[in-house]
Amino acid sequence: MPTRRSSSRTRASTPVGGVPNLDPVIHQRVRLGIVSALAAGGATSFTDLKTALDLTDGNLSVHARKLEEAGYVRVRKSFVERVPHTEFELTEAGRGALADYLDAMEAVIQAARP
Amino acid sequence: MSRDRPPLRRAQSAARPDAAAHAHLRFIRETMARTGTFTAVPGWGGVAMGVTAIAAAVLASRQPTVSSWLSVWAGEALLGFAVGGWATLLKARRSSSPVLSGQGRKFFLGLLPAVLVGVALTLAVYGVEAAGSGKAVSGSMSGDYSVTIGQYDPATMPVSGTVSMHLLPGLWLLCYGAGVAAAGTFSIRLVPMMGTAFMVLGAMALLAPSRLGDVFLALGFGGLHILFGVLIARRHGG
Repeated sequence: MPTRRSSSRTRASTPVGGVPNLDPVIHQRVRLGIVSALAAGGATSFTDLKTALDLTDGNLSVHARKLEEAGYVRVRKSFVERVPHTEFELTEAGRGALADYLDAMEAVIQAARP
Repeated sequence: MSRDRPPLRRAQSAARPDAAAHAHLRFIRETMARTGTFTAVPGWGGVAMGVTAIAAAVLASRQPTVSSWLSVWAGEALLGFAVGGWATLLKARRSSSPVLSGQGRKFFLGLLPAVLVGVALTLAVYGVEAAGSGKAVSGSMSGDYSVTIGQYDPATMPVSGTVSMHLLPGLWLLCYGAGVAAAGTFSIRLVPMMGTAFMVLGAMALLAPSRLGDVFLALGFGGLHILFGVLIARRHGG
């Protein structure tokens, strides 16, 4: 969703007290980890993501749902040999949100340089 | 859960926002390195390895003795790893991918055991031919193979019909394929596919007449490297 990306980019570029107003959806350790992992590894299964980030089932489910509601993550549910299989994939909006977040961090570091 | 907290707390942000930003970027980088795939597999480097392997196969097929035949392939192995390593470093540097950490480290640790097994088996087979057990052991493993182990000097023994010529091409292809397939777990999908193709070719080489050893090595280390190298270069940026 380009609208979300452009609005958060505007927010990130207007720092207040040296820290930009960060996207609350992504500015959380677990959700940032999920988005980073999906950006690097592409579509990833629930089990693999849980193992890679060292999360519990419930924790991953809660945070993945928040990312899904924000439109940052796409969830695919299927059955593989009658076993439920959940796969996560980063959407364009999610990729954009991560890029905005990185830009915001870069801006903070640049602003702190003498 | 202690990890379930914002990477940047608001109290911290007021004190040292730049330090917190560095911490966030480090967290993102480490997460990506842990969960991503090793993409610095060199496509054009693979093509170069394939070309040198075909040249080596032509050269090796003209060698009169076991020792000189093995020397050609040992030299090609060193050259191939040097070319592959150099091309990997170049591609990794271009894409700012880590080679010795994260997925790059796992890739090479996955490849290494099978390569070491290949070296050990080569030394074992050559050792049998060079020194023998002192006993005359005859065997027939396929149509044109018949040799008495330990009764000749590999420096003067013609290469055709030897144990080395019969076993080593298949073993090398199998070991390299196993290593590439294992390492490919941490890389793009084409890499484990290439490893599997090497293993299939290796199994065929073990069953085929020993006079075709250099042909199988040319098809594997030459043909497969070139084929998958071109595919990797086109799909994954060089």
